[in-house]
Amino acid sequence: MNNLKTFTNGLIKENPIFTLLLGMCPTLGVTSSATNGLGMGLATAFVLIMSNLVVALIKNLIPDKVRIPSFIVVIATFVTIVEMTMQAYVPSLFESLGLFIPLIVVNCIVLGRAEAFASKNNPISSILDGAGMGIGFTLGLVILGATREFLGSGKIFNANIYPEDFGMLVFVLAPGAFIALGFLIAIINKMKQTA
Amino acid sequence: MAKTESSLKNMFLTLLVIALIAGTSLGFVYKFTKEPIEASKLAKQQMAIKKVLPEYDNDPASEIYELKSQEGYVLKAFPAKRNGELVGVAIETITKKGFSGEIKIMVGLQPDGTIINYDVLEHKETPGLGSKMAFWFRPADNSAEKNNNEKNSFFKWLYGIKDGGGGNRSIIGKNPGKSNMKVSKDGGDIDAITAATISSRAFLDAISIAYVTYTNEKNKTNAKTGASKQIKEGGNNE
Amino acid sequence: MTYVLIIISAIFVNNIVLSQFLGICPFLGVSKRISTAIGMTGAVTFVMVIATIVTYLVQKLILDPYSIGYLQTISFILIIAALVQLVEIILKKVSPPLYQALGVFLPLITTNCAILGVAIMTILKDYNLIKAVVFSASTAVGFGLALVLFAGIREQLDLVDLPKGMKGTPIALIVAGLLALAFMGFAGLA
Repeated sequence: MNNLKTFTNGLIKENPIFTLLLGMCPTLGVTSSATNGLGMGLATAFVLIMSNLVVALIKNLIPDKVRIPSFIVVIATFVTIVEMTMQAYVPSLFESLGLFIPLIVVNCIVLGRAEAFASKNNPISSILDGAGMGIGFTLGLVILGATREFLGSGKIFNANIYPEDFGMLVFVLAPGAFIALGFLIAIINKMKQTA
Repeated sequence: MAKTESSLKNMFLTLLVIALIAGTSLGFVYKFTKEPIEASKLAKQQMAIKKVLPEYDNDPASEIYELKSQEGYVLKAFPAKRNGELVGVAIETITKKGFSGEIKIMVGLQPDGTIINYDVLEHKETPGLGSKMAFWFRPADNSAEKNNNEKNSFFKWLYGIKDGGGGNRSIIGKNPGKSNMKVSKDGGDIDAITAATISSRAFLDAISIAYVTYTNEKNKTNAKTGASKQIKEGGNNE
Repeated sequence: MTYVLIIISAIFVNNIVLSQFLGICPFLGVSKRISTAIGMTGAVTFVMVIATIVTYLVQKLILDPYSIGYLQTISFILIIAALVQLVEIILKKVSPPLYQALGVFLPLITTNCAILGVAIMTILKDYNLIKAVVFSASTAVGFGLALVLFAGIREQLDLVDLPKGMKGTPIALIVAGLLALAFMGFAGLA
């Protein structure tokens, strides 16, 4: 029961994007389409789960003072693995995500969960926490990506809903990312207040 | 299990061991993914070459040679041959005049310089505006756009938009030596992408760089070998 | 001429925060007061330039010759983390007033993706060392410009009567969006 709670925690109550406001850079940078958001979310989720697991396994072997550097090495290793695997098998996605893949290393969620959760809990609940946070992050990215894609180019997951020429182009561009996320968070805040 | 103490020796050893494990495991992954990465890069290049050239029976990528443009760019050229005769050259061309940086285009030229087809390899132009160059400069019935237009007819009717009637956009089958490859705003023959004149200029710039570099090089080698082979006056038969 | 282009492009056209989406966390986090925004900018400029130089040398002198480019991410982030610690220790000893001004911001910088982002971009763009320094410094100026402008607007936002759901982050994000829209006017300049 407790494990279930650990898992769902990251999905809604502590959703990294909408509530904790962590990992904003990839959130805004790659969500010009729902597909990109999904790819980025899954890549981050993989890194989160694996680094949480490894950190939980080795937490007792690491002296306190070198805790952070050790965690960073673990995270960077998994990020590089993801980077190379994507480049090999999904090159088009790799190209559209670009610089943001190596930057998963400095995504505050990953190091934050390793430090705040995995370094204090057992491996199983750490995996669940990583999965919950990862899926919550993915969910947020997909929602934002779909919103921007729909408003900006009339598509969701590349499927035409209405003609592209009538989309508000600004939502695909940089300013639209900020504005769309601002309104999404405002809506979620509003729902929380009334609920 | 007791927590390891933070003594200097312990700290040093832990970091060393972690770094070693990380380095080795990355080395392994690198080894496994190296080939697929190169293969996928190669496949992309092959596809672009195939798209912009007529049928050929050699391997253009293995006969690659480099051209130096007047601007100092190094262009890659992939000659395509059928039965030993040159039928076209795919040139990977580049311009830095884009709206937001470099644009890389693979363009296929007939031996006389007539444009066969093109493929935009890399660009950072504005999505929805400059990015339209991927299909804009092709004949309208050749692209996904026509399909799109039919789908949009209801909305066009709703908003009272009339079709502009194609215009003079296509560069396919044109020879940059004979027609004025500039946007109509600059007195040329080609209509620029709506609301993306700078991107269109840059696109045409890259194409003419490829053309000029290719013909200069050809004239040079022709003069050198003294070949009196007449360059066939190719018509717009593509 | 190239240098002028690099500077204008890094500050205005490709502003690191408003069009590249790097360094958003400090952008939203420490932009409530202009004074803290200026302190953060100082710390970021300092670390960004040093980090770019060191990572550049590591890439050219170690990673490239031994063709172990796949260790780029891991080595760069470790260098940055170590560098931040080092800067903190040195500042504390050498210049206590500067340390007091920048000290609180330094630990935050390790996870500032702008630093790692600029280090990697420098390698991707294939700059030489001087261009790398110019690029990183002007990127930091661009970061500071966006941060200070944003902080100035946010100070005023406190006085505005807003719907409850809009208060705090949402309105800040929308303001950032409008700023980004304004910065788009610079596009095509370089």
